Amino acid sequence: MNLRPDPTFHASPKLAMQAPVENYAFTVMLSPDGSQSDGIAVVDVKPGSETYGQIVHQVIVPNKGDEFHHFGWNACSSSLSPLTGHAFLERRYLIVPGIRSSRIYVIDVKEPLKAKIHKTIEPEELFAKTGYSRPHTIHCGPEGIYVSCLGGGGEDGTDGPPGIFIMDCETFEIIGQYEMDRGKQDKHYDFWWNLPQDYMVSSEWGLPPQFENGIVPEDLLSNKYGHSIHFWNLRARKNIQTMDFGENYQMALEIRPAHDPTKSYGFCGVVVDTTNLQGAIFTWWRDDDGVWQSKKTITIDPRPEKPENLPPLLQGFEAVPPLVTDIDLSLDDKYLYVACWGLGEMHQYDVSDPMNPVLAGKVELGGIARGTKHPNGKDFAFGPQMVEISRDGKRVYWTNSLYSTWDDQFYPDDEGGQMVMADVGENGGLTLNKDFYVDFPKGLRSHQIRLEGGDCSTDSFCYPSV
Amino acid sequence: MGDMTTVTALWWAVIFSGLYHGINPGMGWPLAVSAALMERKHSAMPKALAMLAVGHFLAMIGILLPFSLMTVLIQWEVEIRVVAGLLVIAMGIYLLINRRHPRFLARVHPARLALWSFLAAMAHGAGLMLLPIFLGICAIGADETGHAAAQVLMGNNVTTAFLVAAVHTVSMTMAGGVIAVAIYIWLGLRFLSKTWFNLDTIWALSLVCVGAFGLYAALIGH
Repeated sequence: MNLRPDPTFHASPKLAMQAPVENYAFTVMLSPDGSQSDGIAVVDVKPGSETYGQIVHQVIVPNKGDEFHHFGWNACSSSLSPLTGHAFLERRYLIVPGIRSSRIYVIDVKEPLKAKIHKTIEPEELFAKTGYSRPHTIHCGPEGIYVSCLGGGGEDGTDGPPGIFIMDCETFEIIGQYEMDRGKQDKHYDFWWNLPQDYMVSSEWGLPPQFENGIVPEDLLSNKYGHSIHFWNLRARKNIQTMDFGENYQMALEIRPAHDPTKSYGFCGVVVDTTNLQGAIFTWWRDDDGVWQSKKTITIDPRPEKPENLPPLLQGFEAVPPLVTDIDLSLDDKYLYVACWGLGEMHQYDVSDPMNPVLAGKVELGGIARGTKHPNGKDFAFGPQMVEISRDGKRVYWTNSLYSTWDDQFYPDDEGGQMVMADVGENGGLTLNKDFYVDFPKGLRSHQIRLEGGDCSTDSFCYPSV
Repeated sequence: MGDMTTVTALWWAVIFSGLYHGINPGMGWPLAVSAALMERKHSAMPKALAMLAVGHFLAMIGILLPFSLMTVLIQWEVEIRVVAGLLVIAMGIYLLINRRHPRFLARVHPARLALWSFLAAMAHGAGLMLLPIFLGICAIGADETGHAAAQVLMGNNVTTAFLVAAVHTVSMTMAGGVIAVAIYIWLGLRFLSKTWFNLDTIWALSLVCVGAFGLYAALIGH
């Protein structure tokens, strides 16, 4: 408990953009076959530092087979919510779930170079208290830390629907299920919200048997992955509207609402349209009658390719699908970054007009049947995947692994974990930074990145940018 | 010290406690700032402050009224004031020990300001902080009326309860309003987090002090 609010809590997105820049990044390291323990890498991102672009500390967990994926903070700018009256939490702990083991680690990063495990929540406790498994997205909100889970109960996570549970933000005790009325929601992936407007949006990937041992081509071609997003009355914990993009829009993943809480719109990335292999971004918004609407505002075409250059999974299609696997929105709600993990491209769209995004910048790196090298001459395994933007919007970081078993299907010949950074131009545009290239220890891959003091996919703001 | 001076001092305590509650962000001034910013119109701020005031007033009266009715039991006056003092001390100690924030406050819809304000005041014992002061005023009133009919006494005390709650709420709203307006018009949102101090411990200690004062006044002072 502090006497003053944590200096990394900001009332508005604009204030967060003006705050001091990040010195460290925290990046997930995962062992794809469970032969090593997973961990969190602390990466020096302070320009001019002697160890710039190097892993300066590692927190390696004692167990194996956790498969780290997404993670988040115990507290963020949402603590300044006028409804709490108590803004004195510290942004100090990273909540790191094992997506495969359902174990959750709470890591104390108060001193990044001495980061250590603070608490471990065993899977049995999670199962018993929530009926959910495979914890994934973390956000700090009203009443505590919210964690979405991809699996329900039972061995394969299909006994009952998956959902969100709430965890105490000080003791890290699991409190229980969030949902009171989930409506049609029967799969889960990401979620985010607008706290003052009191709505939440959640998305769908697939049930554990559809992803744990790799993508199931039959399920994809018969459109059995998630293709809906759900709008919730956040505090009433009620699903108020389910929006089906259409069954061909397979895997509606990342939810990115506008950061400015006066805005009632956001974006959702769709991995693949099974009718034409395109990747797609939908803009969703609330109309004047309070009904949620959506429109496909970005499409990214597949690239034709000779079958012999393709992994067996794609040979029949004679094309490389873009595979939009992550998107991220800058704090000024201006640029949307879209990772095309299949193509090997990172796109930057100007979404000042959210209904008419304009491609403003693009970087090629890695990619199926292309393998574009980094400007420093080194290889980049797989393609651009988890993307994180600095608060000031000037640096964009990303890593390369999607999910252990999926990496192996789409990139059977690749191996390795890398993290890179691109500089954003004054008026848009994206250029890979030659000097920033983190190669992860042998046998480990990398996934989500969190920046010291918050980034563009963690903090929820309660006051508008004025 | 004459009764008049004591009464004046007690009324100042009512005003002071209002100012004290008003500057505490936990009593809602940040909500007035956010309401004006979210609705993008100045008029949203006085409206929000008014809603917060209504909720706070109801929370005050909710505590004071039952006690004002009890004062009719004039022969138990001292005991009632002792119990009230102990209650306030207990609340302070509870808040000192239990540092957890009342989670249910986060369940209130952001637009329901009066309800939020009422619950926040209740959860933090804001009304209790006023109780010993109120009972002090009532006790002096009772002395002055002498052995008036119980009904008259109760009527007087009910009026006093409303007055105390109203004066307290007005001064609270003024204090919170000044901070909210200053941040909204001149200082900007940056000052929102800068002016936000953790009053938890001081608040809990205030309850203990006020409760102890109530005990002292009941047993020795009067």
